[in-house]
Amino acid sequence: MTARDTIFASIRASLGVTGNEAPRRKEVADRIAGHPAGVVPARGHLPPQQRLDLFARMLEGAAGTFAQVPSLEEVPGAVCAFLRRHNLPLAVRRGGDAVLEQVPWTREPALELSVGPSDGTQLTSVSHAFGAIAETGTLVMTAGPENPTTLNFLPDNHIVVVEAKDIDGDLETAIARLRARYGAGELPRAVNMITGPSRSADIEQTLILGAHGPRRLHVVVVGDPA
Amino acid sequence: MSALSTSPRFKENAREAMADPELQKALKVVEVNFIARRKEVADKLPEFEALRDSARDIKNHTLAHLDLYLEAYERRVVEQGGHVHYAVNADEACRIALDLCRRLGAKTVTKGKSMIGEEIGINAFLEANGVTPVETDLGEYIIQLRHELPSHIIAPAVHLTKEQVEADFRRVHTHLAADRNMEEPETLLAEARAVLRERFLAADVGITGANFLIAETGSSIIVTNEGNGDLTQTLPKAHIVLASIEKLVPTMEDAAQMLRVLARSATGQEMSVYTTISTGPRRMADLDGPGEYHVIILDNGRSAMLGGQLRDMLRCIRCGACMNHCPVYHAVGGHAYGWVYPGPMGAVLTPSLIGIDKAGNLPNASTFCGRCEEVCPVRIPLPKLMRHWREREFERHLSPATVRAGLGVWAFFARRPRLYGMATRVASRALRWIGGSRGRFRWLPLAGGWTKHRDFPVPQGGTFQSQWKHGKR
Repeated sequence: MTARDTIFASIRASLGVTGNEAPRRKEVADRIAGHPAGVVPARGHLPPQQRLDLFARMLEGAAGTFAQVPSLEEVPGAVCAFLRRHNLPLAVRRGGDAVLEQVPWTREPALELSVGPSDGTQLTSVSHAFGAIAETGTLVMTAGPENPTTLNFLPDNHIVVVEAKDIDGDLETAIARLRARYGAGELPRAVNMITGPSRSADIEQTLILGAHGPRRLHVVVVGDPA
Repeated sequence: MSALSTSPRFKENAREAMADPELQKALKVVEVNFIARRKEVADKLPEFEALRDSARDIKNHTLAHLDLYLEAYERRVVEQGGHVHYAVNADEACRIALDLCRRLGAKTVTKGKSMIGEEIGINAFLEANGVTPVETDLGEYIIQLRHELPSHIIAPAVHLTKEQVEADFRRVHTHLAADRNMEEPETLLAEARAVLRERFLAADVGITGANFLIAETGSSIIVTNEGNGDLTQTLPKAHIVLASIEKLVPTMEDAAQMLRVLARSATGQEMSVYTTISTGPRRMADLDGPGEYHVIILDNGRSAMLGGQLRDMLRCIRCGACMNHCPVYHAVGGHAYGWVYPGPMGAVLTPSLIGIDKAGNLPNASTFCGRCEEVCPVRIPLPKLMRHWREREFERHLSPATVRAGLGVWAFFARRPRLYGMATRVASRALRWIGGSRGRFRWLPLAGGWTKHRDFPVPQGGTFQSQWKHGKR
């Protein structure tokens, strides 16, 4: 008997089942196909502008920073403002994301730009988020060739562009959008839900920012909430 | 290859812990911080109690259909290009991980924090077989340098002071200037970050745990604050996930419910910094991510727990709230429990995993105050389950002779209510007469265990039963 057989046999013996019970199989299939939502906090059920405000408040509560610009045209300015504020070199690494491709980066001629994943030598990265969750101030990043995961973790400073229309009230709405985008039961290789910059409290419970991931997380919201 | 247990000498461990001033200083922080933070975020969310019910129900539903959810999960992992391996016990799990490392030619392995990793003793096993494991969670890194077990399931180095960590870093990081200033915790963190960054970039394989496995999508979820788990699983050639069978939840929506109670109960955060859902290896056009994705599913006695009273324990999501609120844990810390899992959850789980004959002290190390059950996000009746172990211990004649004799005497009187009433009346009068005006005893025969540490009060008024009879309710 393989380890797999042993474990399944033991589970079934404990539960007193064979695994062939039609009603049980139906219940499990229905649950997966129907994916019912449980208790969804009312906190995020807000009109668009207040939802955006809640997102900003929760993000700042998690030590992230926030800026809003009217359109993609102003993104280079917002990126450079952040870099200058922190005395950082005007250089960023970004993914080849379709939205980031539309940004007129040449508006900031001093900004040095490169495209691709991070190998740990870049100080600042720019990513485009699939969405955000107002409930907790969380960004939803989806991995793919256009948004390499390493950009989320290796650079010291992470700037994330998110469109205001993609800010959902709660986690369940974001999950529904992921399902609509990738298909039932499908997900990109990694979905990184990020709430603030990296931190640790492992030494005497003292909270310190910048453990292994970025020390700073800056979110640039584009446009007006739908 | 699981870690050696000192649970049989719990009492000595506890005595030493209480006499250790540095440990006592470190433990004070647990008591104050964790409790206040959890309360603050729980109070901010009106739905928190309803979410706890929901989390409990999801786990109960999944456990009742565990065979089928495991099948569904396995199917999805394979469809996404991942591999599922099964391990009946710790040795098999370690062996599978080692074989994968060998096939990949791995020399160093980075590790995200994993309690299953601790349970199966994977670090010692890999090291003994020529593969170097590097813990990357700051707390786990510190205890690896000290060759210790974690003293807390979410804050492994919570028993240490800053000065102790500084001493360890000076001892191990000998390539750095000996006279460097390390006074602030920030400098310690920065040093660990720099040292471990090199390790991340050089690792061949990354091993993480899983907070949840999702049947719907074949995904594993890790929840961290440092980002070490993500670097561990993103950078190397292969990602190996260590997970036990009870980590399953049916759907993404179910995972969402669990995540809402996990972070709040554990660190008192609304949401942890990094909640990462991983599904399979690197896709065709991807520029980064692991080339292989393996999940090692560990049983280690859990499938047998499904059949009895201990099934409730399989709901545990390893948040640590029970130990954060436990007066016994506050007094003795995690190492006194003598194995991987401390506190109330450890007092229930450890006897299942290493045997009640070795871990019998643990379910007895409780005042049954009930705070653990009050805060458990999945409402595990921890005191009831500790009582279950005490009963098994008694049945198997494992409890000490004095305890058995004492219980025998009590049972004799309890079965004879009239005699019981008479005896308590006589005893209480006698004590009042002997104790006299002082109102307390410094010493009493058969009560040395009590009077050694505090006075025993002289009984006041009549016995409880006589007061009850006279209507003083």
